[in-house]
Amino acid sequence: MYAFVEKNVENTIVIFKLDDVTQAVNTLNKKGISVLTESMVQNLDLYNVRKEITMGKQFTRILCVLVAGFVLSSSGCKKSDEAPPLKVGAIFAVTGGASFLGAPEAKTAEMFVDKINSAGGINGLKVQLIVKDSGGKPENAISLAKQLIDEEKVLAIIGPSTSGETMAIKNICQEGKTILLSCAAAEDIVNPVASYVFKTPQKDSDAVRWIFKTMKDKGISKVGVITSNDGFGIAGNAQLAKLAPDNGITIAISEAYDKQETDLTGVLTKLKGQDVQAVINWSIVPAQSLVAKNMKQIGLNVPLFQSHGFGNIKYVQAGGEAANGTIFPCGRLLVAEVLPNDHPQKTVLVGYKKDYEARYKEDTSTFGGHAYDALLILTEAIKKARSGDRDKIRDAIENLKGIVGTAGVFNFSSVDHNGLALDAFEMLTVKDGKFAIYEK
Amino acid sequence: MNFPQIVQYCLSGITVGSIYAIVAVGFNIIYNTTGIINFAQGEFLIVGAMTAISLCRIVPLPVAIVLAVLVTTALGGLVEIVFIRRVSNASVLRLIVITIGISIIIREAMLHIWDEKVRSLPYFTGTAVSSVTVLGAYISPQVLWVLGVSSIIVTGLTLFFRFTLTGRAMRACADDRMAARLCGINDRWMVTLSFMLSAAIGALAGCVISPVTQTQYDMGAPLAIKGFTVAILGGLGNSMASVAAGLFLGLMEAFMMSQFEVAYKEAISIVILLLILMFRPSGIFTRREVSDLRTL
Amino acid sequence: MMKLKIYRPVIACVVLVVLLQVVLSVTGAIYYMTQVTMAAYYALVVIGLCLLMGYAGQISLGHAGFFAIGGYTSGALTTCNLFAYRDTSLVSWFRSAGLVLEWQDIYGADIVSFSPWVALVVALILTGLIAFLIGLPVIRLKGQYLAMATLGFGLIIYRVVLGVHVFGQADGISNVPPFRLMGGLEVNGRPHFRVQNYYIAWAVVIVAMVLAINLVNSRVGRALRSIHQSEEAAHSLGINTYRYKLATFVLSALFAAVGGVLLTHYNGSIGPSEVTVIKSIRYVTIVAVGGMANLWGVLLMGIILNFLSLRGVFGTYDDAVFGAILIAMMLFAPDGLLRMPQLRMLSSIVSRRSHG
Repeated sequence: MYAFVEKNVENTIVIFKLDDVTQAVNTLNKKGISVLTESMVQNLDLYNVRKEITMGKQFTRILCVLVAGFVLSSSGCKKSDEAPPLKVGAIFAVTGGASFLGAPEAKTAEMFVDKINSAGGINGLKVQLIVKDSGGKPENAISLAKQLIDEEKVLAIIGPSTSGETMAIKNICQEGKTILLSCAAAEDIVNPVASYVFKTPQKDSDAVRWIFKTMKDKGISKVGVITSNDGFGIAGNAQLAKLAPDNGITIAISEAYDKQETDLTGVLTKLKGQDVQAVINWSIVPAQSLVAKNMKQIGLNVPLFQSHGFGNIKYVQAGGEAANGTIFPCGRLLVAEVLPNDHPQKTVLVGYKKDYEARYKEDTSTFGGHAYDALLILTEAIKKARSGDRDKIRDAIENLKGIVGTAGVFNFSSVDHNGLALDAFEMLTVKDGKFAIYEK
Repeated sequence: MNFPQIVQYCLSGITVGSIYAIVAVGFNIIYNTTGIINFAQGEFLIVGAMTAISLCRIVPLPVAIVLAVLVTTALGGLVEIVFIRRVSNASVLRLIVITIGISIIIREAMLHIWDEKVRSLPYFTGTAVSSVTVLGAYISPQVLWVLGVSSIIVTGLTLFFRFTLTGRAMRACADDRMAARLCGINDRWMVTLSFMLSAAIGALAGCVISPVTQTQYDMGAPLAIKGFTVAILGGLGNSMASVAAGLFLGLMEAFMMSQFEVAYKEAISIVILLLILMFRPSGIFTRREVSDLRTL
Repeated sequence: MMKLKIYRPVIACVVLVVLLQVVLSVTGAIYYMTQVTMAAYYALVVIGLCLLMGYAGQISLGHAGFFAIGGYTSGALTTCNLFAYRDTSLVSWFRSAGLVLEWQDIYGADIVSFSPWVALVVALILTGLIAFLIGLPVIRLKGQYLAMATLGFGLIIYRVVLGVHVFGQADGISNVPPFRLMGGLEVNGRPHFRVQNYYIAWAVVIVAMVLAINLVNSRVGRALRSIHQSEEAAHSLGINTYRYKLATFVLSALFAAVGGVLLTHYNGSIGPSEVTVIKSIRYVTIVAVGGMANLWGVLLMGIILNFLSLRGVFGTYDDAVFGAILIAMMLFAPDGLLRMPQLRMLSSIVSRRSHG
């Protein structure tokens, strides 16, 4: 019979051989030493098992309560006498890593729907917008998409904000015969074409073409490319590499950095070592402003070209003086005021900018505009189809031509589910801390 | 690679390394006094920076920084008193889980107080485009500030721990809490002080790096992870080793970046962490009996 | 006699699962099943983690990494298109051995990819191996070191998944085909498979729970519990603490991998957001809230919290809620919600029969 004695003051473990357990335990206990014997361990064991069975019963009871809760909540439906509204769902990344996309998109969507409803709705029916926050996570987007399609039985889903989420729910929407108007940029969304799936942002390849064209005009042929490692950066990188040779541009060096990177001087030093004539940065916030600053700080004084992700005046402000001189293709929203009055997009852009800034007291961004365009396309199609039937609306979208949105003028067809072309972009630059149209 | 380029990479590596080192030093202070790994260390940097950014619109920059440091110090003390003190006798598992929860709460609070936009403090000297030349390499003057402030923090702490009474009291607690208490040292107060000190240096570091790295509410976690890596690299609990390890890691990352694709840079620090944990858990610069680190 | 009694909660669980399904179908709230099914697959991860945290007393901050190894391996193998190589000798051998599937995706393209069964086996082997290799040197050390190592492991997996082309990089893998089990049963996210998938998921969970309960009530389980209560005591009684801890770590990793494989096929996709540190911390939170060593509590909490989170009930406060729950649990109810003194009083009032 052995007893284990817990550490005494000198940190040693003492083991006794005993003949009379009870007496030994008592003596040791009196001396303030706790004793653990084999039978105690076994008893402890039994005690725990007993506790678990009681826990099992508690679990059972709590689960019963929850089931009752489900039953009660699902049977509590309100009946309304009004004509059923047109239900439109929206999945945006309002919080999380893509919130700079989702937050303005959600705000724009709500503003648009309120405006439509206060003007009497479409075909006399009000629009009910159901916005869900996916946090930028595809698995949440899947769960929310299924909710919107199966439970709420929406006509269409606006969003999601990111390409990863859109690809995750593309098949679900296609098989659920629900129209999806994505606000994400990946070409995969509309290629291959799924009959119910559309997207509103401009094509990356068009942005790249504009950049290369401007470079050729400036006599630049040797460039360095840096991209972030998120979906947008990778897609941009692919397009840049693909279109460079045909446009007479040599990419001397191409590097990808982590989107959370806080210091880009190392990467830019590598580019400086290759004597590039210009730098193309394809990323989203916060790297865009960082690149501009780091370039000036390490003395890399060549033109900086950015992507259409540079779509908010805040990025210019974050870059301070370093942002001046950046050249990038973008939707015309950022220069709405300086457009000539006869420009087809002027009314829409100025109107959107005014309404958004008045209502939300913050600067507009091109990202919010994608949600505006999506809702515009949907509502125009519903008007044209004069029906709440999904298939008719889908057909109507494919036949829409000349719809003036914030990103450009949309012309859909059965093989083009994006609707925008080269002219959707305008080359912009930054002068004295403000956006301006790039003059050659 | 010519000499100016090498200098450029080295400077870039040292800058980034000194940031990691500061975070690691913050950990070590708390670890030494309590044995807790404080997952919320990174958040202190960001809270400090965000507070300073909000304040510098109302008061001049130096005042804003001082106030931000004070506010964060108070936060550190609050965290200890409200959360850590109650569970001082808990298992390692529970303490780790609590500090994780604290870091999440602080981060979400920052999100709702300040929103998700990227901000930065104004440059201490110069602007976004100013550049100074050091040995042929161009850097922003703010980088010199980062290096300077980091050195001051480390020197200050060393002096504090070696020569002041409070500093020595904290070291006593780190060595053997019971013995320190027997000597009349208020060990509970020492624990609170260690949290406040870590929060203070975190806030100061956060302010000085804000113009360089920009500040966003969720930057605390990646900083904390790099900080642990460096702390373990040097040897948990050994502050001077953390500084050396931080500079080592920063230079290693810069070197990797110059030779290979930039994309592998992140992976390097994690691989180093795993290798150290597997083969030399006591850290590169610390010699410790492995039996000290083992449970059994 | 004790043997049968411990399975009573399992029977209760089965009854409740069936009851829930009937209730949901009858009241027309059938779409809740989607989130319950997804939550059930996530629950596999937490069951494994519960064994590790509650019984072996170790913490893993990278369990989402094991989930991802399972999910990504399966996703990559079942979507890699070998159609262009279908006539080469290697692929022909695969085809004759029945290891590949030949199907068409919804755009009509022909695809030849590995069968999900093959993917499952490969995923399990890979996960087991990696968990073994990580645990081998690190489990000897103090708890903080395993926490760091698993954190580092989770980060490496995240980086790999984000950087490697075959794993879809930032956009993840989509178009993952359904997992055909025997006799017409499929793991499939489509609406008319809903009830079927609900039962498949719960069947897997119940099998996992039975395994876990068996483990916990066996010699191994008792050894683990004694390790948790006092390592020195257990060690002096001759228990090889190191081996048991390592085994539990590997087992918990395998549970997570199975959850990953099945959820990927159910969702039809997987992305890097499944591998973040935040996800790993969520799993830890759920185990902490459920009561570290309380398997049923953990299962219940896992289902409830994941269900609510997936339905978007927490809105923009999703992460904050998990963080707040974590802290509250650690401060006030370290043994879990169901073992709080107040609730115990409640249960003793309700429960008339005592077990002697």
